[in-house]
Formats: sequence, structure tokens, C-alpha cells
Amino acid sequence: MITPRQPLFSARAWSALALAVAVIAVVMPLLNLVAPKDSMFAVSDYTVALAGKIMCYAIVALAMDLIWGYTGILSLGHGLFFALGGYCFGMYLMRQIGHDGVYNSDLPDFMVFLDWKEYPWYWNFTGHFWYAMLLAVLIPGLLAFIFGFFAFRSRIKGVYFSIITQALTFAFMLLFFRNDTGFGGNNGFTDFKRIAGIAIATPQMRMTLFVLSGLTLIGALLLARYLVTSKMGRVLTAIRDAESRVMFSGYDPLWYKLFVWTLSAVLCGIAGALYVPQVGIINPSEMSPANSIEIAIWVAVGGRGTLIGAILGAFLVNGAKSWFTVAFPEYWLFFLGATFIAVTLFLPQGVVGLVARLRGKKS
Amino acid sequence: MRTFRHLLRLLGCAALLFTWVSAAHALRPEVVDKLARGESDEKIAAINGLVSDADATAIPLLQALHDSEVQIAGSSILIVRGDKASDAVSGQPVAPLPDAREDVIVNNRVRREIESAIASLKLVSPVRDVRLAAAKSLEANADEDMLPLIARALTKESDAEIKGVLTLIRASLQLKNKDAAIRLAAAKALAESTNPTTKTLLLGLLERNASGAYLEPDEGLRAEAQLSLRAVETRLAWGERLGQLFSGISLGSILLLAALGLAITYGLMGVINMAHGELIMIGAYTTYVVQNLFRSHAPDLFNWYLLAAVPCSFMVAALVGMALERGVVRFLYGRPLETLLATWGISLFLIQTMRTLFGAQNVQVENPVWMSGGVQILSNVVLPYNRIVIIFFAMAVLLLVWLLLNRTRLGLYVRGVTQNRAMASCVGVPTARVDTRAFGLGSGIAGLAGCALSQIGNVGPDLGQSYIVDSFMVVVLGGVGQLAGTVYAALGLGVVNKVLEGWAGAVIAKIAVLVFIIIFIQKRPQGLFALKGRFADN
Repeated sequence: MITPRQPLFSARAWSALALAVAVIAVVMPLLNLVAPKDSMFAVSDYTVALAGKIMCYAIVALAMDLIWGYTGILSLGHGLFFALGGYCFGMYLMRQIGHDGVYNSDLPDFMVFLDWKEYPWYWNFTGHFWYAMLLAVLIPGLLAFIFGFFAFRSRIKGVYFSIITQALTFAFMLLFFRNDTGFGGNNGFTDFKRIAGIAIATPQMRMTLFVLSGLTLIGALLLARYLVTSKMGRVLTAIRDAESRVMFSGYDPLWYKLFVWTLSAVLCGIAGALYVPQVGIINPSEMSPANSIEIAIWVAVGGRGTLIGAILGAFLVNGAKSWFTVAFPEYWLFFLGATFIAVTLFLPQGVVGLVARLRGKKS
Repeated sequence: MRTFRHLLRLLGCAALLFTWVSAAHALRPEVVDKLARGESDEKIAAINGLVSDADATAIPLLQALHDSEVQIAGSSILIVRGDKASDAVSGQPVAPLPDAREDVIVNNRVRREIESAIASLKLVSPVRDVRLAAAKSLEANADEDMLPLIARALTKESDAEIKGVLTLIRASLQLKNKDAAIRLAAAKALAESTNPTTKTLLLGLLERNASGAYLEPDEGLRAEAQLSLRAVETRLAWGERLGQLFSGISLGSILLLAALGLAITYGLMGVINMAHGELIMIGAYTTYVVQNLFRSHAPDLFNWYLLAAVPCSFMVAALVGMALERGVVRFLYGRPLETLLATWGISLFLIQTMRTLFGAQNVQVENPVWMSGGVQILSNVVLPYNRIVIIFFAMAVLLLVWLLLNRTRLGLYVRGVTQNRAMASCVGVPTARVDTRAFGLGSGIAGLAGCALSQIGNVGPDLGQSYIVDSFMVVVLGGVGQLAGTVYAALGLGVVNKVLEGWAGAVIAKIAVLVFIIIFIQKRPQGLFALKGRFADN
């Protein structure tokens, strides 16, 4: 029996999506760049930066939702893919500093500091924008593919998989903390000056990055939606619910898992590449295991297995984080810890599930 | 720099010296007079005279002269220390202090002479320990002027150990001798050395200059130096290997302690407890609190505070663990990924609680006196007592856990529930209560690990975070559901890590171990020791 393909979105969802595109690409730039600073409609640079950052997180949350919410594989390594994407694009940004570093050298400051005379080989060609972008997609993708191939082939799943992805992330963090690795040690990359010759600190450049992040997020949402409504998406869900049965029905879960795992890593890499120029820094602490687990909680808060829930969760948790760390910095960890516990105990479906349940009660 | 080091060493020996200030004074008055009243050159001549007489009794006077404690009062010369004075010649106490006294001024040139004179004279001191200390201090910085003195000390020396040290010093000095035969003998003698600096000395003999010719023209000598070098290197390598093995076992015992609790909660019960590291941290903080209580209420018993800290840290961590099981983990049985997230939340909560209670800074936990220091096995291997104690502690904990699991009713229940929960429940095992107790046991052992860790590392709110990845690796590598696997995995990882560390640096070693485990898990997902039998998944 072949069920007809589910429509990508309902008509209402399509219009909401169009509205979102309009807000991101037209309204926000107008309010931030054109509206007078003191008018009530003006959107501050801070808000733009924050929203841009969170949209990058939301892409990561979508990626996490694909692999965890739909396929049932909890990855504790998504922070690694995100950071790798960031580092790849960061190499380009470091090269764009040119002679404006502290030491006025051809090389980035940290290399001068280490007394290196030339770029290591893996920095080759990173001065080209498109090559750096390609790396930001390829490196996380390749790492995920290789790691995933071996892990899924040996049918490592569940908690085991989570733990070894955590070990992988941890190993990479240690590696990047080394000065000799050639990525700036614990300071990482920072002090960026420009992208493609245009100063990075101008409002126009900020806005461009914001719009790009927003459009990428919407693109990622469309892609993810297309994936989960396709036949492939059904197989993925089936793998989540009963992997053995999927195998006995003649599917090889390896390739399905590997595909969605790699895709998920690539999305993270892109998000990282967009994130780094907006926050102006990338360092190995982005790879700390804690960050990767936090990604899972974004998805859990919003609602696993619903794409909109992942995005919502990223906005809710990170919005709360930026409010807390300003208002009550010492209570943020209490709040985050309590969220982890409360969501897993009381809200297994997340906010989206809660809303649906409330609606169900009403009717 | 060198004189500074010299001074430090002298200060160290001063304590020893004061203990035999009362030794017989047989100094000739005219020498003492020259030392006190003479011009600088006369002083130096007198000092050299004392050195060539090898008169060890002169050391206190020279030391006093060096420390500006010598004063002239009329016809007599006094050593004045505080308000006590003694006659420099006879050593008899002089009381009361004469009013008219005049300081003996010693300039830096004389002072330097005095320093080296004291160092040399100590070599002929009648007290063995002083001679040994002096010889050891010469090991690092002897120069050729001291050769005659060392030679003389050697002829007089009867103690084998000091003789050995001195022979090596002489040999290393003689390597620069013009006479090839002496150099040859020296190179041969150096083969007995256990001192790492000997290696550089011998390597110097084998160096080539820029054009590729050997700096040392004599081929026989070079061959001898090569032989000695090999002997020294082998000896040092053994020491190094021994040291690595020890620190590997030490790391292994720490990993074992950290992972043993996890082997129960994760390995036996299947609960992923990401807050395990924080239970370790709680154990360490409990030790800190107990230490402070002892310090303020029972300072005489301070050295034994650990005896109280061990059960306390077990109890506190176990209680916290049981509360966690009752409050959170219980509701998530059978949903491991959710358990992972919830316990991670708990760990954040606990970290922040500790930060609020004790501050974000590391707190100071002191070793009791009997745990500080170490035992020196070879010249380049020192085994610290605290690490030795922890190795035995880990073994004791392991034994207790094994006994508990295999020889008690609770252990029987735990194993029963692990193997078949439904059946255990049917035959009347109170599974819920067993879960709580087993979780408490695992948490308590984490507390013990914290107590041990507080003795060798920093205690701070983030303490647990650094052990969580490691301890999971140990349990996963060892195989779930087995204590033996955990033991082998912990010791194996510890030793491998330390050996690699000596070879490639700490970070690379750590990365290599992690990568190794990741690859290993691909090959054997069930770990080193898997439970035999067939388990359908899900």
C-alpha cells in the first residue's frame, strides 16, 4: 500500500513561512538600518546580533531534531560539527585580517607568537571565500560520514552512541586547545576585520549576515520538512521506533542513518560558519561536551519530532539564557538544570506537545 | 644564579651545622686572628689554609663570618648570635657580652671564598650526613678547582655511598683533563652514574663540530664514552619506565575509583548518570568540610581527619544519590536518553549549588603529614605517598564492592534484578528498594573517589566534569555489567595513557586513548568482557 505523499506544508504554514521571510529579509533591515534610532519601531543592533546568533543555533537545533527527534539517535557531538564549520570559515576570516594584526604580519597573531614562518598546509587556499565555505560544509560532513559509517556499521546505538560522540567531541576539544594544532590554542580565532574586503563591524554587514542566517534557517526548515515527509522520513521514524523490525522488513538502516547523520552535521557546519562572523570569536570551548548536550535540551524544550519545536526551543532557551546571564548570572545554571529535569520528567513532548495537549482539552 | 643556588643550599645545611656548633674547637688562635683582623688577602690566605688542612672544625666560624656574626672585643674574637656570644677560638660561652665590640667586615670576594671553603670542608666533616649532603650538592655544580679537595676527601672517605658520589663527581670533572688516560678512566667510571646530567656530559664527548670532525680526538675514549653512555641511558630508562608504570597504575587506581561507582549504576543498573562526576565532587567537598571541622574543633587529631572523611564522603554522596534516584531517575527507567539529559540537568544544578555554597574558586584540601612526601627509589624516580595510599585505597574499595555484590543479600538482590527484573520481583525481591540502595552504593563509591581525589588534585565545582568522560570510557571499554572488566580497563587505560604521555605529550596521549576507545567500541561494542548469553535488544 502506498500512502500519498504528505503535503510539504499546509496553506496556513506556507503563509506563515512567507511572513517569516518578509520579516527577516525586509522588515528587520528596514527597522534596523532605515528607521531613526530613537523611534519606537527601531530595532537595536544588539537585538539584531542576538537574533542572528539564535537563528544559527536554531539551524543546529533543526539538525539535532532530524537525528534525535526523527531517527532516535542522540548525538552529543553536534557542538563539534558546529565548531568545525566555524573554524573552517574562521580561517578565511583570519586571512582577511591581513596586515592589520597586532604584529602587522602576513600571518595571524597567534602564529607570529608561536614563531611560525608560514601557514601550515591545511591553511592552504583558505584565503578564498568559496573554498572556506566549501570546507565548512565538507569537513564536518566528512568527519560525520567516516565516524557514522563505522559506528552505525557496528550497530552502536542508544546511549553507547551518545557516549562515544561525546568522547569524540572531547578529543577534538583537547586537540584544538593545543597551540601546535595551528588553530590558535585556547584563544581560538578572534579580532576579525572584514569579509570579502568589507569591514565586518558595519551595520550593513551585520544585517547581511542576519538576513543570510535567517534565509538559511528557512531553507534548512524546508529541506528538513521535505525530508521528514518523504518516504525516507518514514523509514527514519521507523528506525527510531523499532530498528530491528525495519531491518527484518528488508531495509538496511545503515545508509538511512548515515545519510541523515551526515546531513545533520553539514547543517551544523553551515550554522557554525554563519555564527562565527556574527559573534566575532571561535574557540575550543565551543566543543565542550556541555555545549553539545545543551543543543539536545533546545530540541527537548521545543518538542522532539516536530521541526517547528526545535526552532522554538532554540529561541526559548537561548532567549532565556541571554536574559538570565544579564539579570541573574548566578541562577542561570539552576534554571538550565531545572529545565533539563522538568522537560524530561513532565514535558516529554516539549512546548509544542504542551500546546497541542491544551488545545485538545479545550475542544 | 649559581651563587644564589649555592646560598640556598648553604641555608639548608645551616640547620645541620647548628647542631654541632658545640663540637670541639681546636682552631689555632693565630688563624682565627687573621680571619678576624686581617686584610681581605690575609683572610683569604687563612681560609685557604683551613681548606688545605681539611679542618672541618672551622665550619662554624666560617659560617659565622659569612653571616656577619663575628665581632672583635678587645683581644678576643667572639661569635655573636642574638644576645649570646661564644669565643671563636675556644668555643666557650662568653657572658656577659663585652660592651666594646666591633663587627668584622667581610666583602663579597671573601664571602665567595668562604662559601666554597664551607662547601669543601663539609666534605671532610666527621658527620656522615653532612658529608653526604655536601657531596650531593657538589653533584650539580662542582668546578675543577675542587678536584684536589675531592681527591683528598676520597682518600679519607670510608662510606661507600659518599665514595660513589664523589667518584662520579671527580670523573665528570676529569673529563676535561688534558691527559687522555685520565679522561679515559673518567669516562669508564661514569658508567656507574644514575644522574641524568651525566648523560649530557658523555654526549658532549661524542659531539662533532661544524665540519663533522669529533671534538674529542681520541677514538678509544669515544668508544668508552659510548659504552658508558649506553649504560647510563639503560639505567635511566629503567627508572623512567618504572616511574611511568607507577604513575600509570596511580592514574589507573584513580580511574578505577571514579568508574567503580559508575560500573554499578550504569553497568549493573543501566542508568546513565551524567551527575556521577558531581557525586565525586560532593565527596571531595565533604572531605574539605570534615578537614575544616577537624582544624577548628580538634586540631590535635588533624592528621587523622581522613579517617572520618572517608565514611562521611561515602554517606553524603550516597544520600544525595538515593535522593536523586527517588526524585528523578526512578521515573525514567527504560528511557536511557532521557535519563542522560535529566541527570545532566542535575549535574548542572549540583555544580551551581557548590558554587553558591563554597564559591567558584578551588578550595584547599591539605594532605595529612603522613601522606605528604614520598619514597625515592632511583635517582629519577620518587613515589609520592599520597598516590601510594590511593592505590591501596582503590584496592580496598574494590574488595569491599566485590564482597558486597557477591557475599551479601543486597548484592544477591542487585545481581538478580540486573539479570531478570520481572523474575526477581516475582520471587519477592523488593526491586524498587534494591534500585535505590544500589544507586546509593554507586553514588557512595563516587563519594569515596572524591575523597581520594581531594588528596592529589584541585577541589572545585568543576572537579566532576573532568572525570565524567573518562569514567564512562572505562566502563564502556571494560564491558557493561562486569566489575572485572572495569578493573582491567581502568588500569590498562591508566598505564597506556601514561606511557603514551612520556612519548608524545599529555594532550596527544589523551586524544590517542579516546580515539583508541572509539575504534575499539566499533570492533567490540560489548566491551572487553561481555556478559555471556543472548540478549535481544530493545
